[in-house]
Amino acid sequence: MTRYVLRRLVQIVITFFLFQTLTFFLLYAQPGDIANQYLLNPNLPPDAAERLRQELGLDKPPHLQYIQYMKNFLTGNLGVSFTNYPRPVIDIIKERLPRTLVLFFTATIISFYVGFALGKVLAWRRGGLFEYGVTVVGVTLYTVFTPWFALMMIWLFAYKLNLFPTGKFVTPTLWQNAPVDANTVFGRMIYTGILGSVVAFVVYLLVRRLPPPTRNMSGILAVLAGLLGMVIPWVQSPLARYAVDILWHMVLPILTLTLISFAGTMLLTRNSLLETMREDFILAARAKGLPEKVVRDKHAARTALLPVVTSLVFSLAFAIDGGVITETMFSWPGMGLTLLNAVVQEDIPLAMGAFSFTGILALLAHLAADLLYAYLDPRIRYS
Amino acid sequence: MSDASSVTVIHRPLWRVRLELFWKSVRTNWALFIENPIGVIGLAIILFFALMAVLHPILMKTVWDPTVYDPITGYDFEILRHPAPPSARHLLGTDPLGRDVLSQLMYSTQTEFILGVVAALITVTIGTLIGALSAYYGGVIDTLFMRLADLVIMLPFISILIVLSALFKLNMLKLALVIGILSGFGGVTVIIKSQALSIKVKPYIEAARVAGGGDWHIIVVHFIPNLLPLSFLYMMFTVTSAIFSEAVLSFFGLINIRMSWGIMIHTTQTAGYLLNVGQYWWLVIPAGLAITLLCSAFYLVGRALDEVVNPRLRRR
Repeated sequence: MTRYVLRRLVQIVITFFLFQTLTFFLLYAQPGDIANQYLLNPNLPPDAAERLRQELGLDKPPHLQYIQYMKNFLTGNLGVSFTNYPRPVIDIIKERLPRTLVLFFTATIISFYVGFALGKVLAWRRGGLFEYGVTVVGVTLYTVFTPWFALMMIWLFAYKLNLFPTGKFVTPTLWQNAPVDANTVFGRMIYTGILGSVVAFVVYLLVRRLPPPTRNMSGILAVLAGLLGMVIPWVQSPLARYAVDILWHMVLPILTLTLISFAGTMLLTRNSLLETMREDFILAARAKGLPEKVVRDKHAARTALLPVVTSLVFSLAFAIDGGVITETMFSWPGMGLTLLNAVVQEDIPLAMGAFSFTGILALLAHLAADLLYAYLDPRIRYS
Repeated sequence: MSDASSVTVIHRPLWRVRLELFWKSVRTNWALFIENPIGVIGLAIILFFALMAVLHPILMKTVWDPTVYDPITGYDFEILRHPAPPSARHLLGTDPLGRDVLSQLMYSTQTEFILGVVAALITVTIGTLIGALSAYYGGVIDTLFMRLADLVIMLPFISILIVLSALFKLNMLKLALVIGILSGFGGVTVIIKSQALSIKVKPYIEAARVAGGGDWHIIVVHFIPNLLPLSFLYMMFTVTSAIFSEAVLSFFGLINIRMSWGIMIHTTQTAGYLLNVGQYWWLVIPAGLAITLLCSAFYLVGRALDEVVNPRLRRR
C-alpha cells in the first residue's frame, strides 16, 4: 500500500509539473507579448510595471523565462493582482481557496451518497415507470445549463420564497459590528467540521463492534454524533450567530451543486449494479433465501461500488467546473468567481494563479479518489 | 496454384454483400435502440431542434421581414417598449434590444449543431486514431498518450476554456477546435484504446497479419471499423459537452460569437432583467430550456446507444 501511495504521489508531482508547463505555454503563446499585458495596464504605476518586468524576466530568452516562472510559482510568488493592486495573488488565493474547498467537498460527498443510494434502487426496479422518471429528471439535471439552473434556484428559493439569501458569503448588515472577520469564523467552522467528521467516524467504528440490534443503526448514530461534535463547540460561543449566517449562505449553492451532479453517480451505479447482478454469487445469495434488501445492499452494491469510485475520478473535474459556475452565479467569493472575474477584467496574474490552484485542487482530488479506490480494491494495491 | 473451378463462384459483387450486411446490422441495432424509450425521447428532441434549424432560413425568406426579424440586426419599430411580451407578432416576445426571441432561438440552433458536430468529429477522429495507434503499437506511444490523457481528464474543462478565452480571442470555429482537441486527447482515447486492446487479440487480426497485412492496413481496415460504434457513441457525449461549454462561455460574455443561446441570456443579464424571471420569463426560459433540452437529448441518445454497443447492459 505504501509503495502504491508513493508511486501515485510521484506521478501526481510529475503531472503537476506538466500542468504548470502547460499554463506557462498558454501564457507564452498568447497573441502579442505577455509584457504588453503587464505594461500597458493603466491601473499600474510605471515603477511597478518595471519591477514586474524584472521579476518575470520578460527580457530574457524563453527557457530562462520558464525557469523563472517555475521558481516564482514554487516560492509562492504569483505576482501582484492588477485589479486588487498592490495585493499579492497568493494572498487572495489563500483567502478564497478554503471557501471553494468546503463547497466542493460537501457537495461532492452528498451527491455521491444520494447518487449511489438512488442508483441502487434504479437498478433493482429496472424497466418501471419509476426508473424512466428518475432517469429523465436526473439526466436533465446533469446536463442542465448550470448558470440557468442556478438562476432558477435563486429565483425560486431566494426571490419568490425568500428562504435563503440570493448570494454572497455573508450578510453585510449583520457583520458591521462583528468582533472578528468572516475568515476567522469560517476557519473555525472548518475545524469543527473536521472534528465532527472524526467523531462520526470513531462512533461508527465503535458501534459496529456492538451486538446486532444496535449495530444496525451504526450509520444513524454516527451521523448524530458527528452533528453533536460540530454543534457543541459553538453553543456557548458569541460567534455562533455569525457562523449560522455563513451556513445560511452556503445552503443554496450546495443544494444546486448537489442537484446538478448526483445523476452522474446514479447512472453509473445503475449500470455497474446491472452488470454485478448477473454474477453467480447474486444467484447464490438469492437461492440461500436472503431478503432482497440484503442481496442488494450487502452483496451486489459493494461489488458495484468499485467502478463507481473509478468514475468518481472522471466526474471530479466536472464537479469543479460546476463549482466554478455555481460560485459565479451565487457570487460566492471562492476560486471560481475569482477566476472568472480576473478573466473578465483581464487580470492575467490573478487568472493564472486561480487557474493553477484549480488545477492543483483537481490533481489532489484525483489522488484522493485513487487512494480510496486502492483501499477498496486489494487487487490494485498488489499490482 | 489451385484450379479456379474449385472455388465457389460468388455471383454477387462484394460491395453488395457488404452493403447488405451493413443494412442488416443497422436494422438489428435500430431495433435494439428503439426498445429503449429514453433514446427515442432524445432522438425526438434532436429532430425537433434540427427542424427548427432548417426552418429558420425558410421563414426568413418567406414570412419574416428581415428588418424586423433578423436575429442580430432586427428591430421592431411598431412596438414602443422592448422587451415586449409574447404576441401574435412575436411568438416569444422581443429581447431588450427589440429583436425577436423566436428568431434568435431558431437561428442559434444552426450554430449549436455546427459547433457540436465539428467538435465531435474532431474528438472522434483524434480519439479513434490515437486509441487504435496506442493499442496497436503499445510501448512509448501508448505511455505518452495515456499519461497525456490522464492529465486532460483531470483538468477542469470549463476553467481551461475560461482561461483560454482570456488569453486568446475565441470564435466559434476556434472554440470547436479547442473543445474537439481537448476532449479528443482525454477520456475518449482511454476508452477507445481499451476497446482496441480487445480487438488486438482477436483471431482475424492474427489472420490478417499472417496474410501479409501491414501495420497501417490492419489499423485502417480492421481496427477502425470495429471501433466506430464506440466512437459514434462518444460523439454524442462530446456534442453535449461542446454545446454546454459554448453556452457557459457565451453566457459569461467570453467568446466572440454574434448569436447563440448563451448570448441571449447574456444580453438579458447585461440589460438587467435576469432576476425578474417571473415577469420577463421569455427572455430567460426559452434559451435556457433549449440548451438544457438539446444537451440532455444528445446525452440520452448516447446512453441508449451505450446499451446497443455494450451487450452487457442489455436486458437479454
